[in-house]
Parts: sequence; C-alpha cells; structure tokens
Amino acid sequence: MTEETTNARRGVPIWAQIVIWAFLVGLLALVGFGLQRARNPMAIIGEPVPDFDLVYYEGYEYNNQSEMKLSDFQGKIVVINIWASWCKPCEQEAPELEQAWQFYKDGGDVVLIGVDYVDTPAGANEYLTKFNISFPNAPDLKSNISSILNRQMGVPETYFIDREGILRHVKVGPFASLDEIKSVIQNME
Amino acid sequence: MKKYLLGLTLALLLAALYTGAAFAQDTPPTDDEVNAIAHKLYCPVCESTPLDVCPTDACKDWRELIRTMLAEGKTEDQILQHFVDQYGDRVLAQPPLTGLNWLIYILPPAIILAGAVVLFRSLKEWTKPKAVSAGSNEARSESSSSTKDDYVARLEEELKKQK
Amino acid sequence: MFAEFGYGILVVTFLVAFYSVIAAIYGATKKSPSVVESARRAMLLTFPLISIAALSLIYLLVNDHYEVSFVYEVTSRSMPTYLKVTAWWGGQAGSLVFWSFLLSGFASAVTLRKWDRDIEFLPWVIVVCSITLMFFLGLVVFYENPFTRFWLVGGNVEPHMFAPLNATLFTAQDGQGLNPLLRHPGMVIHPPMLYLGFVSFVIPYAFAMAALITGRTDDRWIRLTRRWSLWAWLFLSFGLVLGGRWAYDVLGWGGYWGWDPVEIAAFMPWLTGTAFLHSVMIQEKRGLLKHWNMILVILTYSLVIFGTFLTRSGVLSSVHAFAESAIGPLFFAFIGISLATSIALLIWRWPNLHGETEMKSMLSREALFLLNNLLFMSILVVCFWGVIFPLISELFTGQKVTVGPPFYERATAPLFASLLFLMGVAPLSAWGHSTIQTLGRSMWKSALAALIVTVSLFFTYTKIAGALIGFFLIAFILFVTVQEFWRGARARQNAQGENFFTALWTLTGRNRRRYGGYIIHISIALMAIGILGIEIFQSETQGTLSKGEQLNLAGYTIEYRELASWDDIGAGVNYTRAVVDIYENGVYLGQLKPRIDYYFDSQQNMTIPGNRSTLRDDLYILLVDWQPVSNAGATFKIFVNPLVNWLWIGCLLFLAGIIVAAWPDRDPADEPASAARSVSKHAGQPSAAD
Repeated sequence: MTEETTNARRGVPIWAQIVIWAFLVGLLALVGFGLQRARNPMAIIGEPVPDFDLVYYEGYEYNNQSEMKLSDFQGKIVVINIWASWCKPCEQEAPELEQAWQFYKDGGDVVLIGVDYVDTPAGANEYLTKFNISFPNAPDLKSNISSILNRQMGVPETYFIDREGILRHVKVGPFASLDEIKSVIQNME
Repeated sequence: MKKYLLGLTLALLLAALYTGAAFAQDTPPTDDEVNAIAHKLYCPVCESTPLDVCPTDACKDWRELIRTMLAEGKTEDQILQHFVDQYGDRVLAQPPLTGLNWLIYILPPAIILAGAVVLFRSLKEWTKPKAVSAGSNEARSESSSSTKDDYVARLEEELKKQK
Repeated sequence: MFAEFGYGILVVTFLVAFYSVIAAIYGATKKSPSVVESARRAMLLTFPLISIAALSLIYLLVNDHYEVSFVYEVTSRSMPTYLKVTAWWGGQAGSLVFWSFLLSGFASAVTLRKWDRDIEFLPWVIVVCSITLMFFLGLVVFYENPFTRFWLVGGNVEPHMFAPLNATLFTAQDGQGLNPLLRHPGMVIHPPMLYLGFVSFVIPYAFAMAALITGRTDDRWIRLTRRWSLWAWLFLSFGLVLGGRWAYDVLGWGGYWGWDPVEIAAFMPWLTGTAFLHSVMIQEKRGLLKHWNMILVILTYSLVIFGTFLTRSGVLSSVHAFAESAIGPLFFAFIGISLATSIALLIWRWPNLHGETEMKSMLSREALFLLNNLLFMSILVVCFWGVIFPLISELFTGQKVTVGPPFYERATAPLFASLLFLMGVAPLSAWGHSTIQTLGRSMWKSALAALIVTVSLFFTYTKIAGALIGFFLIAFILFVTVQEFWRGARARQNAQGENFFTALWTLTGRNRRRYGGYIIHISIALMAIGILGIEIFQSETQGTLSKGEQLNLAGYTIEYRELASWDDIGAGVNYTRAVVDIYENGVYLGQLKPRIDYYFDSQQNMTIPGNRSTLRDDLYILLVDWQPVSNAGATFKIFVNPLVNWLWIGCLLFLAGIIVAAWPDRDPADEPASAARSVSKHAGQPSAAD
C-alpha cells in the first residue's frame, strides 16, 4: 500500500456498522437462547409447572373425563410418570406404579397419570395390558408435555407436583420400590 | 375435531389389533413400501437419522404402525399427517410451509440474491473505465492487451518469467 | 500420582500461556524485543509441557487407572491398547487436552520460523495463539479436568481432583468403555484430522489479526500463511472424508453424509476456507479483495470455534454430540469476544485495506473467482440457516422442527452445479482480462466433447435431466482441466524440447499451486460422479428371508445361507453374522457377511454392512433383524449404490492434489516481494531439462 489509488480511502459507513453489530448481537442472543435451553432442560424444582392438557387413552380415563387440564387438579398432588412401551427400564417400575395407584386412588388426594412418550397406540396398548395398568394414561401428543417438563428426553422420568401446582421432585430412571414412591409423596405433605 | 380424529384413529387401530385381518388388504404391505414412507420421517428418539434406518425399538414400533396403517389402506399423505398430529412437525424431514417456517425457504435465496446484486454492482463499478489510472497497475497485469490473448503464448511467457 | 502430576503440569502450562500473552502485549507496545523474545520462549515452552501432561493422561488410560473418572468413562479392560491411547480424544476432557496439544504444537512451529522481516507480526501472532490456547487450557484446568478422580466420601462416590476430607480413593473394577461407534479405524483418525484442520486455521487468523493490529495490511500475512491454509484445508478435507467413509462403513444407513448439524458444523469452516484459498490468489496476483480475505479468515476462525462449541455444548442434538456440559457458556463468551474484537479491528483498519488495482473485466479470472466465492458463501448461508433455524423456530413458536437432507439437497444442488460450471470455465479465463470471445474460443472444444459424452449417456445410461446436467458439467471440467495439462505440457515440449512426460512433470513442479489446484478440480469432478450416483441412482429393498430364499435388486440376487451368533468375551462383543450368496444376473459372485455387533459394556449395537464394491456400483447389504429362536428368518436391507466408488477415488486424488499444491519448497518469506506478484513464482528445482 505505498501508493494512493483512485479509490477514496473510505471507512465503513455508520449504517453498515450498525447492521453488522445488530446482526452479531442477534446471532449471539439466539445461540445464547439455545445454550440456555440446553443447560436447563427440565422444569425447575420449586417453580410452578406451566399448564397443559391431555386426552386420555380410551379405557384409561380419570373420573370418566376423557381429557384433563393440569390446573383442574389444584389442591391435589399430581404425579406425572413419563414412559414408553419401547423403554426397558420403564418395565421395571410399572408394577410398583400400579401398586402405588391402588394405594392412593381411593383417597382421591393423589393423582397418578402416565404420559406415553413417542409411542404407537398398538405398543401402548400392549404395554398397558401386559402390566395390568389401571391408572390414567395419555399419549404425549406432539411431545408437548415432555417439552414442558423435560427436553433432553430420557424415559422413565417422574414429576411430582404439589397441591399448589409447584414442581417438588423429579425422579430420573425407574423407582426401586413402592416405598420409594410413597416416601416421596409423604415428604411433599 | 382433532380430538375426534385422534379417538377415531385410536379406535381404528385398536380394532385392527384385535380383529386381526378384518381391515387388511389382500396382500400385506412390503418392507419397501413401509420404508419408502419411513424414509420421510424422523423419530424424536434418534435425532437426525431417518426412520427407515434407525435401529431403536421405538422406531421399529413406528415402522410397524406404518405397516398397520398401510394395511388399512391409508395413503401416504394420511400416514404422514397422522404422525404430524401425534408427534409434531419435527417428525417431517423438513419444516412444513406454515407460519414462521416460510423463513427457512425464503431467507437463503434472498440473502444469496442480495449477495449477487452487491457483487455485480461492485464489479460494474470496478470495471468502469477510469479516466485516471495509475501507471504501475498496467505494468503489473500480465495480459493487459486483449489481442495477445493466445493461450500458448501466454503460458510460454509465464514460464519464461519463471526461469 | 500421575493424576496430580498431569494436572499440575496443565496448571503450569496455563500460567505459562498467560505469561506469554502479557509479555507479548507488553513487548509489542513498549517496543522491547527482549520481552517479546521472552514471550516467544514461553510460547515454545507450552508444547513440551502439554506433551508431558498428555503422556501422563495416556499412561493412566493404558494402565486401566479406573480411579480417574475420564479413564473410567472412555476405556474398559477389554479394549486393545491402541484404542486406549486413542480414547484420549474419545471424551470431552481428553479431546480438549488434545486440541490444546495440537494448537501449542502449531503455534510453536510457527514461532520457530525466521522472523527477521516480519518481526512486528511476531508478538501479535503469539497473543492470538496463546489466548486461544489459554482458553482451551482454562476449560481443562477449571471445568473439564481429565485427571479428576473418584473419592469415597461418606458412602458416596464423588469425582474430585483433590482428596476431600475423610475420603478414600475409589477405583472402579472396570471402565464403561469407548462408544463402540468410535472403535472403528476411521474414527481413530477422523477426529484428530478434523482437529488438525481446525487448529491449523488458527494460524492464518493469528497472522491476519497481527496484520490488522500492526497496520501492515499488504499481502504479507497471506504469503506467510498460505501454506498453513493449504495444510489446514488438507487436514479438514481429510477429516471430512474419513468421517464420510466411517459413516458408510459403520452407521449402516447406506450413505456417507447425512446433513447432520454437527457434520455441517465441520463443513462450514471448510466452505469459508475453500473460498479463502481461492480469493487469496486474487490478492496475491492483483492486490484486490483485501477486505474480503480478512472477512473470510475471521469467518473461518469463528466457524471453527463455533463448530467446536456446537459439538460440546448440547445446543444441537446430534449423533456426534458430546454430553452437555458446563463449558457451553464459556465457549459462548469466547466466540462473542473474539468475533467482536475481530470485527472491531477490521472496521478500524477498513480504510487501509483498499485495493491496489482495479477489476478490468467481468469475465477476468478474478471476477470468476469472486463468483466462486459468492457460491461458497451461498452454500454457507444455506448450511448456517439450516443449522440455526430449529433454534429460531423453538424460540418464537415453541415448536421443534427438523431440517433434514431434503432441504439441504434441494437448496445446495444448483449451487454445487454452478460451482462445477465455474470450475470448468475459470481455468480458461485470464487474470486481468477476458472477453466472451476469448473464453468461447478456448472453451468450445471441451464443451462440445462434454456434450457428446452427455448425449451418449442419454442413450445408454440415464434419461434423468438432473443427472445429465451433472454428467455434462463433470465431463466439461475433466476435458477442460486435462486439456490445460496437455496444452501446458505441449507448449513446454515445443519450447524446451523435453519429452511429453518430463514436460508435464516440470510444468506441475514449476507451478505447483496451479497444477495442484487442477488436480483437485479433476478429483472434485470424480467425487461428483460418486455423489450423483448415490443421490440419483441409489436403489434399495428390504425383505425377510428364510434360509435358501432370495431377494432381487437391480440385477443382483442375494440368497440367505446361514446365520451364526457368538460371543467374544475378551473383546466384550457379541457378533451375529449372516452369510449370503450373491449373484448378478444368475452368475455367482461370492459371499457377503453383514453382521451386527453388540457391545456388552455400553449395551450398544453396531450394524456392519457386507459390501461388494466395484467401479460401477456397490452392493451394500445390512442385516436388519433376525429370529433368535428358530434361526430361520433374517431381515436384510440391500442398497445398490451406483458409481459411489468414484467418490473415494476422487477423495484420494484430492488429497494428492493438495499435497502437490502445499508441498513445501523454498520458504515463501524468502521470495522477493516485488517479483512475487508478477506471476506466482517458485524455486525452480533443477530438473533434467534445465
């Protein structure tokens, strides 16, 4: 660069600088959002769970209602168990969950709802029949519920929501025993 | 409406399961027919792998579901739509043309076009004959005259310079 | 013992790198050569230090030290020793050490060269390299420590670097073992090659920043780094190719490239790097495009860091992703800061970067190179947008979407086709000036020959328009490029009286970059044949066979013979292998043995295809499923992938071409700057004819 050319030595125009920086900030904001989401995949314990609704599988309704809204259960303890028929660890806890339901269902104070993640109706039906499951169950349509409760999916996971609609406990992986389920619920009282 | 549809599908599927071949076509769907549809789907359990080659159990179930639906005489579009309704837009290999998704199809061509326009305008500006031209630039360019553009001559000239 | 030692060394290295940054900045601003020299020595010291830390890590890996959590995560007793060594980069923490090791090696190599004429660059090159090194070492030292050990604290096993109170060391019986997908020879070399490519792009960036900071914005930085860029490009290309081959051999979906976000993340710096390699030539020959080259090198560096970030932060889910970890935010901050700094520097020096000459013609070679850059950038835009869009969708609508191969294929196909066309035309255009007439005159023979090839393919092979366009472009490039070699050699033959092959040899040797580039163009054309083959002509079928039953596809017949399943306890694998006879139009060709390997330690399956490969097509058989009880039925999936072998042949030639172009001859720094611009100049090696 020893000689001047016919080109004027122009700097970057202000509008271009603004565009560039705005673009950079926008990009970083976007990636930051992605990062935030990746780092906090789950609903946060101690905070209210956003409302969602479900349509039960036929034969697995609660109180003869064909659908539910989480907010309908204000005042009750809601246990959401996310499972799938292709998930081997889920089979380990299926009998315990059913026993827990038998224990709590007459009290009406604790509601256990199975949410079936990325599953086929045929597979779900086979699984529910195989383990004699009678507690309310619903498919996770469009993965809506799992995207509210947990994004980096693993099944099974169980979410305990208290009477005020606040998430109190999350169990990742299968329960070892009926007592484990009971003790979590007792601790919520 | 959606709920109704879902209930209907569910009922149909359960019915198909219990009554066996009652709904079935004459010939059962082949693996290739199943895979042709599965290839267009992405199961959330194995991300970025198409359904037809995903080895997980969840995906096997999905393929069986496609087979069942084909056996019931469903069309490909109906089957794809069923999966979208059940599992969301993410099962499709590319976003459907709705709402914000337009952006993904519009923006790259727009940016590319803008880039092309900028490039051609700059080229035009650069190649515009200038009244004043620095002499040293002329000397620097290798093939300044268009008459002497013969390839072999040029190459030999280059090779000579390299001696 | 080794764990504390290795960690201590890492901490020391981090401090040494920190010192070299401070000393280099101080030395540069106070114009004190002795302080800069001290910074340089500190930089050089990092390499032996990291090597020692790395050796400690390898020692722990090879000797089954399962009290170390990293060793526990990536190795198991059943793994052979060479895999235990390569497990070094099989997990997050180790691969960060590996990154630092490579970076330190490259930075040392570059600071060892003669600096006499470029001494003002030296401190800033050290600053950029050392800051990057510090960043990676900092991640290792503070967040992802490969030397963390397990401790038994009050009945719980916890990972800590140093012993907590009342804790005893806990040693697991056996490790979890490396992900079986990573136990393939291709996977052993694929990540290091990619890392090498990534890391060596740091060097051109460091020089570019040095040029911006010092204000010495002529093409010196480009001349100093062009071989680095070529080697970087070689490693990155080789890494991508190995990844493709690995996918073809191991992932069992009949393809080599799935447009997975992480694949694209490695592909994006390759795109900008390729554009950079082309556009630096314009700056060297014509003194144009200084801004653009800066932008490209900044983009390449940012995409390298961004790509590393994507694989490691869990932002995107992918088969390649490491587990989500704490280092995401740090990467994020590092990308933000380095991008902002680079852009600020560039804006500051923008007025100093104006071109020294003007474009003469819209058809000159530099104009066509610009077009080539536009196309590479367009592919980049498509890729970047496709990778980032699911985030945007989730942010604004809450809906996750998949952006899969159909999107990328449709969007990039015309861009790749245009690139092929340019690849045919550009070598025929002259620097400075070309017109339609001159181009047409040199082009028509090749175009005609390519047309003849296309017409004959129309009658014999395919009637698909897309394929025919593709074949036309490929033939066009091949004719043009081969003709370039032929004419060049003939011209030399006439002028020097050499025989044809000597002429060809010296011609290539004299202008390695140009003719290496042409070899690369030929190889791209061959690769395009393979890509067309698999994209357009791939056929597949699937069926469940009993023993003795047959399945047909595209003239091939396979017959299921037998199936065996056995455990290899030592290796920790169960193999299930089917044997099938294959026939083509009734003629027996031999047997193929597709199998499924089940790894006990990680409970993962791997589907290994049986593949019969010829220049015409690949017969690729997968064992999908089998009946364990009766052993009677097994499900097979068969692909016929026409022409795909040309892809791998092209890849080999491609690497050869880069090596021709990048092979070190005389240090470019010794070239007189004035002569350098006249024509690309090379040291004439004495040859028989000279």
